[in-house]
Amino acid sequence: MNLLGNLSWSAIPFDQPIIMGAGGGVILAIAAVLGWVTLKGYVPYLWREWITSVDHKRIGVMYLVLALIMLLRGFSDAIMMRGQQAVAAGGAQGYLPPEHYDQIFSAHGTIMIFFVAMPLIIGLMNFAVPLQLGIRDVAFPTLNSVSLWLTASGILLINVSLVVGEFARTGWMAYPPLSEVQFSPGVGVDYYLWSLQIAGVGTLLTGINFVTTILKTRAQGMGYMRMPVFCWTALASSLMIVAVFPILTATFAMLLLDRYLGFHFFSIDAGGNPMMYVNLFWVWGHPEVYILVLPAFGVFSEVTATFSGKPLFGYRSMVAATMAICVLSMMVWLHHFFTMGASANVNAFFGMMSMIIGVPTGVKIFNWLFTMYGGRVRFTVPILWTIGFMVTFVLGGLTGVLLAVPPVDWTVHNSLFLVAHFHHVIIPGVVFGCFAGYIYWFPKAFGFKLDETWGRRAFWCWFIGFHLAFMPLYVVGLMGMTRRLQHYDVLAWRPWLLVAAAGAVVIFAGVVCQIIQFVVSIRDREALRDVTGDPWNGLTLEWSTPSPPPAWNYAFLPHVAARDAFWVEKKLAPFKQGQPTQPRKYEPIETPKNTPLGFVNAFFAVVTGFALIWHIWWMAAFGILGAFVTLLVFAFRDVEEVEIPAATIAQFDRAHPMEVAL
Amino acid sequence: MRYLPLAVLLIGAAALGGCSEGVLDPKGPIASAERLIMLNATGIMLAIVIPTILATLGTAFWFRASNLRARYMPEFVYSGRLEMLVWSIPIMTVLLVGGVTWIGSYDLDPPKPLTSAVKPVRIQVVSLDWKWLFIYPDEGVATVNHLTVPAGTPISFELTSAGVMNSFFVPQLAGQIYTMAGMVTRLNLQADHAGTYRGMSSNYSGAGFSDMHFNVDAVPAEKFAQWVTTTRTTGPVLDAKAYAELAKPSQAVAPYTYRAVATGLFGGITNFEFASTEPSPHTHHAAQRADK
Repeated sequence: MNLLGNLSWSAIPFDQPIIMGAGGGVILAIAAVLGWVTLKGYVPYLWREWITSVDHKRIGVMYLVLALIMLLRGFSDAIMMRGQQAVAAGGAQGYLPPEHYDQIFSAHGTIMIFFVAMPLIIGLMNFAVPLQLGIRDVAFPTLNSVSLWLTASGILLINVSLVVGEFARTGWMAYPPLSEVQFSPGVGVDYYLWSLQIAGVGTLLTGINFVTTILKTRAQGMGYMRMPVFCWTALASSLMIVAVFPILTATFAMLLLDRYLGFHFFSIDAGGNPMMYVNLFWVWGHPEVYILVLPAFGVFSEVTATFSGKPLFGYRSMVAATMAICVLSMMVWLHHFFTMGASANVNAFFGMMSMIIGVPTGVKIFNWLFTMYGGRVRFTVPILWTIGFMVTFVLGGLTGVLLAVPPVDWTVHNSLFLVAHFHHVIIPGVVFGCFAGYIYWFPKAFGFKLDETWGRRAFWCWFIGFHLAFMPLYVVGLMGMTRRLQHYDVLAWRPWLLVAAAGAVVIFAGVVCQIIQFVVSIRDREALRDVTGDPWNGLTLEWSTPSPPPAWNYAFLPHVAARDAFWVEKKLAPFKQGQPTQPRKYEPIETPKNTPLGFVNAFFAVVTGFALIWHIWWMAAFGILGAFVTLLVFAFRDVEEVEIPAATIAQFDRAHPMEVAL
Repeated sequence: MRYLPLAVLLIGAAALGGCSEGVLDPKGPIASAERLIMLNATGIMLAIVIPTILATLGTAFWFRASNLRARYMPEFVYSGRLEMLVWSIPIMTVLLVGGVTWIGSYDLDPPKPLTSAVKPVRIQVVSLDWKWLFIYPDEGVATVNHLTVPAGTPISFELTSAGVMNSFFVPQLAGQIYTMAGMVTRLNLQADHAGTYRGMSSNYSGAGFSDMHFNVDAVPAEKFAQWVTTTRTTGPVLDAKAYAELAKPSQAVAPYTYRAVATGLFGGITNFEFASTEPSPHTHHAAQRADK
């Protein structure tokens, strides 16, 4: 018996210069960062203040950092794909053989959805929701830390697959029978499944956490109809996570049983049914799209209202539209496979349902438009991303409704038209939204704004690059080019693919601008400093506390008397000036104690996942036991909370006087 | 305004793309009907999408903070009439497009036989790793990676897969349909004119997927009869043994024909009667590529 299961030196592709180069570069970069952190003596600080932190703001920031780093990884995959398709025309095979190219597009999709878009959204929710609700933390802070680190575990595992072994060559949906052991005997699919299973548990816990937080722990006086729209979208998103992530986990569990224990859920023989996987995958997969896009819509709502200098137009409509999407999104999954040969009844029904979901989305666009109408629109970077989104997204939505028409779908399904469509909604919808969001909330998190000039440059590069990269894909899609081709023989496609590759380079310039924006802003942080806590003249509660907010968020929990409470309070402030103010009495605040539980648990999750991928059974048992013991030790902790003395709070408040108190 | 040229460019480019092959250049009744639906739906939606884009840019521009002539109305946060309008516009658009969808889904349902005075030609399709097998059960011949069909005659396909899922797609003749092991899907189409049309697998199926394309030669009926006669005299016979050989994974297979086909082969494939007991075929890409 081999002590290391299926793992051997042959798992490391020493003969692949691209993989070894990329892997070596990543390992060097990590080593350099770790070395720098250690030499500078930052390790205790990082451990105390970040790694073990259960503060929702810090967890949110860490999610965003993870997401932006993974964006670079997913983006390098994209550049490689565009490069391959730019050269592999006619008889040419390009520089990536199929076994490598097929891993790249599978990894690109998996990483961008699960490890870029999800952490971006969850990071923003973590940072903003408790502040907007006027509370001190999420309902279960320690669980929140566990969620973060489980997501990080999944990310680590998927990156290990770059060097040790391989990643799936099945496409990011991993449809059986291709993903069954019969056709994918390697560890690639196992990396895919275990990293998503581990991260998926983290996401589910986040969903539970936020549903509880939003439903049960809002500030006094904040009825449902007074909640900021971002919180509504976070609620809808979290409800969907709770509803559909278990489906994904169960589906993957069935595929794992097929692969590890010879079950026949989705195999082609012995009564298995691969179609069932496709259905279940998209029962999760379509709501997932809205899990991502709804909070981004929430960001756009906040940004549009703030920078138009007026409250959101049609708040009730917006809430109704959000919740309508939340429900309808679960009834449209079949439109991902109209080509499977379902009856006309089934196709027509799901086609109609898919279009109906366009109605609330359209309503949102009009409401943002009317929010700007009669406003004073300040063209800051977040609103640029928002307007860029609005004008782009409606066309992406148009092609989406086209794809919802079964006869049209049959002609462009799986083509680059489809690829163009979903990038046309996800990039403006989710990515632009999250970019707008992190620039919008950055001064709240760190106390200084991000540089405007580089922000604008980043926007224009992304906006132009996006159109250059994806409009040509519509054309080649209509010309009959299917997706995931490692090489092709139709030379008429090539000019369009060259334009697309150029577009990817322009987007890359945008990414570089974003990195420069961070560097420049940190360098010039004193000039960009915001001492008011309200740099944008905001509407919602998070702007009523100092930037960055203290660990306790609010010295006095706000009492909310209206929608857009902070905005209303600022309007009333001049009239209250003459009134005598009672000096407030500070009281000690209890905050949850930091704990390494999440980090240690995630360590064991990685060990378990890695062991299961390589069939190292003793190590898997060790990992599970370790995680269990960690939880046990945590359960027997003596101190749950730390008390922050009233004097500290009073001192902080005096140092950060706010314009308006709530 | 910046966006209008882009929209025009998009449509123009799409139309241009359609001139050379592709779904915008249909050569049969099904593909034509599908293109018509695509254009109708696009037209209906552009009627609302383009004004929305212009209105967005116009509103943002006019109400810019530096424009002193624009009226600031911070209290303008609700209007019942406007709410009704913003809900009605998308609903009516969807009603229109939905009607198109509903009718199209039934009219163009892939298993629905074409109405024609001409008796359809039946073809059985099997997707294999990584090539296509086309069986002409009534003619008793079979081809690999090449289809010859009579123009002006309805073609009735029955499709299955020997393993991994693929999708059978000839963009200029009809929309695609999946091929799945153990199941039979159906597709009906017709080529109106003689010509050569590109066909392919449009569902990724593994290492050899990129070469899973084939040509469809639509020829006049008499030439088709001739082709059948010629085919019957040359090439190997497709029996269980030859099929087992064919089913082994291979890439970029040059087209060839079988002069005869064992009866019931297609049914046998759908029932896994020839399922390979060998270990996974998907591991040896490099070795297979060398054969190319």
